[in-house]
Amino acid sequence: MNKDQKIHLLKSLQKDIRYDGRKKEQFRDVVVELGISHSAEGSARVKIGKTEVLAGVKMALEEPYPDTPDKGNLMVNAELLPASNPEFEPGPPGEEAIEISRVIDRGVRESKAIDFEKLCVKKGEKVWSVMVDICTINDDGNLLDASALAVLAALTDAKFPAVSDGVIDYSKKTDKKLPLTKLPITITAYKIGDHFIVDPLPSEELAYDSRLTVALTEDNEISAMQKGGEEPLSIEDIGKVIDIAQKLAPELRKKLKR
Amino acid sequence: MAIKRIDGRKANEMRPITAKVGVIPRADGSAMFKIGNTQAIAAVYGPRDLHPKFLQNPDKGILRCNYSMMPFSGHGDRVRPGGNRRSKEISMLISKALLPVLNLEDFPNAVVDVFIDLPETDAGTRCAGICAASMALADAGLLMKDLVSAMSMGFLDNEILVDINSNEDCDLGATDIPLAYIPSMDKISLLQLDGGVSKENLMKILEIGKQKCLEIDKIQRKALREKFKE
Repeated sequence: MNKDQKIHLLKSLQKDIRYDGRKKEQFRDVVVELGISHSAEGSARVKIGKTEVLAGVKMALEEPYPDTPDKGNLMVNAELLPASNPEFEPGPPGEEAIEISRVIDRGVRESKAIDFEKLCVKKGEKVWSVMVDICTINDDGNLLDASALAVLAALTDAKFPAVSDGVIDYSKKTDKKLPLTKLPITITAYKIGDHFIVDPLPSEELAYDSRLTVALTEDNEISAMQKGGEEPLSIEDIGKVIDIAQKLAPELRKKLKR
Repeated sequence: MAIKRIDGRKANEMRPITAKVGVIPRADGSAMFKIGNTQAIAAVYGPRDLHPKFLQNPDKGILRCNYSMMPFSGHGDRVRPGGNRRSKEISMLISKALLPVLNLEDFPNAVVDVFIDLPETDAGTRCAGICAASMALADAGLLMKDLVSAMSMGFLDNEILVDINSNEDCDLGATDIPLAYIPSMDKISLLQLDGGVSKENLMKILEIGKQKCLEIDKIQRKALREKFKE
């Protein structure tokens, strides 16, 4: 984005008007759909405006990590599909994909949203691994928040596959759902000049100076944070972003059914 | 002797089909094709600059297809992202299946990229991919001689099956014969076979496959018209 475009953007933000007519702290319409893939143990589609993201859960029985012998494993991976943005290329995940998956992973893991001890089948020998993959379908901005919501939605949809003699039968699902204790919601605020906006369009993503991602549980506790962008933030700024996230999180959480 | 299919279909019956054009607004063209629990989403970008430059062809543009199963789309374990030998081969075959209907002579040094992603699979993925990609190419406004449609045929216990599912393909070991068909040329642009059939049976299979492709062609055209009716 060139200088003049940015001046123009700042002028309209001064009046609390975005390119698409929204206010600064306003999300586009959010739609969550569950069970979009018969192949996965759980799956979801999230649309935020024209941005669309799929997430799917696969489960497997594996050995636990030596430092957590009685806990299940979690893995979150993001595929920024080249179908979703002309600038994305096929190949191993780049910086952006890795950051998205790691921020979401921490939001789920550190909030203890999944009761990992209930994923233990036999201590030190066998635990459930929960693998969540994000696939972007259309990038119209804010892939991070859309992906985080899709991951949570897919987890709420997930059911254990049937097991007989220690072998998984993926063709049969049981009625048993994943043991979820919390629903952390991830919201990212972008600072442009002195303004904070949420749910950016691609054009706004080109203009931001810094951003801060906050994951919040139901009791408004912060379970993960990540600062991005080139400019630093003041402590006051950080407080403001948390306020914004706390204000908006309940609306997004309503889109998830347990 | 009528074979009993796990989903209760008749031998010559396809699974329910849904087709939609324009599912990825960011792409130049896009489409979704779902047959039973096999779903393919295709996005087209281009003609656009091709990098690295040594891949460019000064005579005409090239078509590059990328077939990819989403990690959660397999009917068993998680599929590792990033592609493998199978997905590379299928990508190449899909390109060859689509190429005869395209006119890329007007786009020297350029590339048309087709990305095919599958959120759920139950056999017949390359055929669903071709059907989706063909609609997406038309949606991108590329000059085309025709659409391409595809059908995954099967042969099991001396009986010809249409649109085999993964139970028939993997569990029961049916001979699997995917084919792609171009109606206006009356030609087949993709053909594979894994298993065993006599020439006589193969000829029957090709004839039935062609008829099913013509049915799919109608569905594809309807989906395209649906998007452009306004």
